[in-house]
Amino acid sequence: MVGIRSCGAYIPYYRLSRSEMARTWAGPALPGERAVANEDEDSITMAEEAAFDCTKGIDSAEIDGLFFASTTSPYKEKQCSTLIATVLDLDPEIRTADFAHCLRAGTTALRAAMDAVKAGSAKNVVVTAADCRLGFPYSTQEQALGDGAASLLISDSDVAVDIEDCYSISDELTDVWRTDEDRFVREWEDRWVITHGYSKNVVRAATAIMNRNRLSAKDFAKAVIYGPDPRSHGALVRRLGFEQTQVQDTLFTTVGNTGAPMALMMLVAALEEAKPGDRMLLASYGDGADAFILKATEKVEKLGDRRGVKGHLASKAMLPGYGKYLSFRHLVELPPQAGLREAGSATAMWRTKNWVLSCHASKCNRCGLITYPVQRVCYGCQSKDDFKEVNLSREQGTLFTYSLDNLAAAGINPPIVQSVVSFEGGARFYCMMTDCNPEQVKVEMTLEMTLRRIHEGANFHNYFWKCRPLRGE
Amino acid sequence: MESIKDKVAIIGMGCCKFGENWDQGAEDMIIEAAYEAYEDAGIEPKDIEAAWVGTLYSGTAGVCLAEPLKLPRIPVTRVENFCATGHEAMRNAAFAVACGMYDIVLACGFEKLKDTGAGGLGIGRGVHPVLEGRRTAPGTFAFIATRYFHTYGLSPEEGKRTIAKIAVKNHHNGSLSPKAHFQREVTLEQVINAPFIAWPLGLFDCCPTTDGAAAAIITRADLAKKFRPDPVYLKGIGLAVNPMLPHFEPGFDWTGFEMNRAAASQAYEQAGIRDPRREINVASVHDCFTITEMIDYEDLGFSPKGRAKEDIDAGTFTLEGELPVNSDGGLKAFGHPIGASGIRMTYEVYKQLQGKAGPRQIENVQLGLSHTLGGPPQVACVAIFGNSLG
Repeated sequence: MVGIRSCGAYIPYYRLSRSEMARTWAGPALPGERAVANEDEDSITMAEEAAFDCTKGIDSAEIDGLFFASTTSPYKEKQCSTLIATVLDLDPEIRTADFAHCLRAGTTALRAAMDAVKAGSAKNVVVTAADCRLGFPYSTQEQALGDGAASLLISDSDVAVDIEDCYSISDELTDVWRTDEDRFVREWEDRWVITHGYSKNVVRAATAIMNRNRLSAKDFAKAVIYGPDPRSHGALVRRLGFEQTQVQDTLFTTVGNTGAPMALMMLVAALEEAKPGDRMLLASYGDGADAFILKATEKVEKLGDRRGVKGHLASKAMLPGYGKYLSFRHLVELPPQAGLREAGSATAMWRTKNWVLSCHASKCNRCGLITYPVQRVCYGCQSKDDFKEVNLSREQGTLFTYSLDNLAAAGINPPIVQSVVSFEGGARFYCMMTDCNPEQVKVEMTLEMTLRRIHEGANFHNYFWKCRPLRGE
Repeated sequence: MESIKDKVAIIGMGCCKFGENWDQGAEDMIIEAAYEAYEDAGIEPKDIEAAWVGTLYSGTAGVCLAEPLKLPRIPVTRVENFCATGHEAMRNAAFAVACGMYDIVLACGFEKLKDTGAGGLGIGRGVHPVLEGRRTAPGTFAFIATRYFHTYGLSPEEGKRTIAKIAVKNHHNGSLSPKAHFQREVTLEQVINAPFIAWPLGLFDCCPTTDGAAAAIITRADLAKKFRPDPVYLKGIGLAVNPMLPHFEPGFDWTGFEMNRAAASQAYEQAGIRDPRREINVASVHDCFTITEMIDYEDLGFSPKGRAKEDIDAGTFTLEGELPVNSDGGLKAFGHPIGASGIRMTYEVYKQLQGKAGPRQIENVQLGLSHTLGGPPQVACVAIFGNSLG
C-alpha cells in the first residue's frame, strides 16, 4: 500500500501580531498572529527545513524523488527541487519536479508522488511545499496570510498512513490570482470566491470521494480541510456534516493562511495526535480541489521524533513591529548598504556545491581531522587528496566565539551575530547566527545549522548555511 | 640559512600627515612621503635604482608608484600581503639590497581609503561568493575579545575596561604626534561608554579609516654612514602566513595567533634576541583594535600568555613604562591606511632610534620593533631595528 512514511513541518521563528499590523494603519485587526519568514528565508529555505524535519533518521540513499510545491517559488525559470535535493544530499540520479502556480500545488505534488510510487517508478518520494505570499499592504489579506512549509515522504513500505483513495476536480475560474507581474495576491469579490470557488469545489470533491468509498462524516476521526479564513472553513465543514471535534484546526490564528503547504501542514498537525486506525479526510482547494482518504497504521505513533507543527509553533519570537515585516519582505526601500560586497558567480557556486549546499566537510583518511570547507590538502597532516566527505548539516555544534556586529548589519536586521561554531572531530564553521535573541547568545551554547538566502549577487539567489539556537529548546 | 642582521640600513624615511585627506589623492601622499625620505637621506630621486610599493587596493602594479614619482624606467614592483603590505615592501627591498643587486632602493606604502563613500573596510570578504558573506574587520577581531575574556575569566565589563586602557594610552601618545589622524586624549569612561561597533568592541576600540603614505630609503649597511651619521640597521625580519582562515581552522583558540609568534620568533632569532621584553626598548605593534594590541603583548613575548591584563594595569606599555608600545599612538591614533602602516610604524621606531621623536622620545633606545598583523588575520610580520652595528 502506498502511503505516508514520514512527515515534517516548518514554521518561521518570527510571528507578528495582527493587532500590531492593524495599529500601523489605524485599521481593523483579525484575531491572533501570523508567521513571518525571516529576512533570510524564502520558499526554498522553508521547504528545505520541512523536508529536513521529514527525513530525519531516514537514509538519504533510499530517497529517489523530490517534489517541491509553491506559488512563491524564488525562481520563475530554474528548478528549485534540484537545489533542495542537493541540500538534502540526495543522489543526483533521482527525479525532481516543481509544482507551482496553484494553492492546490501541495496536494497535486502529493498525488503525483503517490502515483509514481504506486506505478513502481519510485519507492520513496519527498514532497515538500512552502509559501511566502504577500497581501497588499493595509489589506485584510496581508494579515490573514502566513508563511510556512510541510513535507511528506511517500513510500511503498513502512507507511504510517495509508492513502486509500484520492479524487481531483479541475475548475477554471479567476478567483484568487497573481499575474506574472504581480507581487500581491489579487481576489475577486469574496462572496463569489467562497461560494462558487472554495465551497463548491471542496464540497464536491469531498462528497464524491466519500460516496465512492461508502463513507460518511461520522466515519472520520479528522477532517483536514484547507480554509482561507475561519468563517468560510467553519461553514464548509458543517455543510459536510463534521462535528467540531472532528475538525482539524486551520492554524489561522497562530500561523495564517499559508497557501500551497496549508493542507499538508494541517495534516502533519493531525498526525501528531493520530492513533492507529484513525481515518482522515484531507482536502485542498485552488482552481478545483483535491481530496484524499487516509488511514493511520500502527506506525503512526512512531512519527514522534520531529518538530512538526507542534514543535515549531511553540518555538517563536514576536516581531517588535510591522516595520520589520515590511523590511524583511523588501516592501519599503531601505538605505543603501554602503560598503557591502555581494559577489556572485554561478560557476564558483556550482564548483563548490558539495560544501556550499550539501554542507560537506573533509575527513582526512590519515589523521582523521574534519575540516570545513572541504580541503584537498589536509590542514592536520598535509596528506593530499586522501579524504572522505562527511555531512555537517544535521550535526549540532557549540558556539566557540561570537560578536554582535552592527557594522555588518548595515541595512538589515541588526546586529549580525557573527559566529564560530565548533563541531566534534575538529571542524570549525564561521557563519552568521539567525533566528536568535542576540542578548541570549552565550559562548558554548548548542547550535544547529540552517540553510538561508544570503544575498543576490550576480542577480540570482545565493544560499548558504547559518547557525541557530535549537528551535524549541 | 643566513640572517639579514646588519646587512642593510634605512638612511631616510618620510611619512605624510595621516587623516581624512579629502583634498589629496594617493599620488599626493606618495609624493609627500617619498620627497621627505629623499631629503632625509640626502639623495636625489635619480639615485633610486629600484623600488617596491605596497598597497592592498588603492593601486595596481609598479605604475602606482612610478607614475606619481616619475621613476625613470627602473624596476618597480607592487607587493601585497594584507596589513603586512608596507612591511612586505621594505622586506623585499631589503633582500634585494642585501644580495648586492642594488645599492639604493625605495620602499613605499600607501592607501587611499576615504574615496569609497563609506567608513570602515567594507562588509564581506574573500573570493568565494558566500563563504565570508558579511565578514567585517571589527566583527572578526571581536571574536578574539569574546573568547579571550571567556578563556581567562574576565567578565565583559572587566575585559572592556582592560582594553579601554590601551585606547586611552594610544590616544594620549597620538596627542604628541603631529602627523597622527587623532591628536586628542580620551577618557576611560568615554571609551567604555562609546556605542558598539561589533560587541564587545566599541567605537574607541577601533582604529579609524584613514588615508596615508610612508616611505623608506634602504641601502647596504656598509654604505649607510656615507649618507648620514645615524642610520638605522635592520636586525631581523620575520613573516608568517597562516595556512587556513582562522574562522575555519580546527583547534584555533582565538586568544592569540600562531603566525604572530612564528614571525616574532624568526625575527628574534635573526636579531639574537632572547628576552624581548627586556631587550626591546620601543615597539610599534598592530593595534587595528584595542584587543589586537592586548594579544600582541603576549604573542610577541612582552607578557606571559593570559596575563597581559596585569601589565596593562601596571602601565608597562605607556611612554613612561618599562616597554613603551605604540609611542606615536599606533593605528588607534594614526588610522590604518593598510599599505602604509608597516612603514609608518617603522618611521616611529626609526625616529626613536635616532633620538628625534620630540615630546615622545624615550630614553636610551637601542632596539625597536615594528609589527603588523594582517587580513582575517592570517599574515604577520615582525621587524627589528637597531641604531648600531653588532
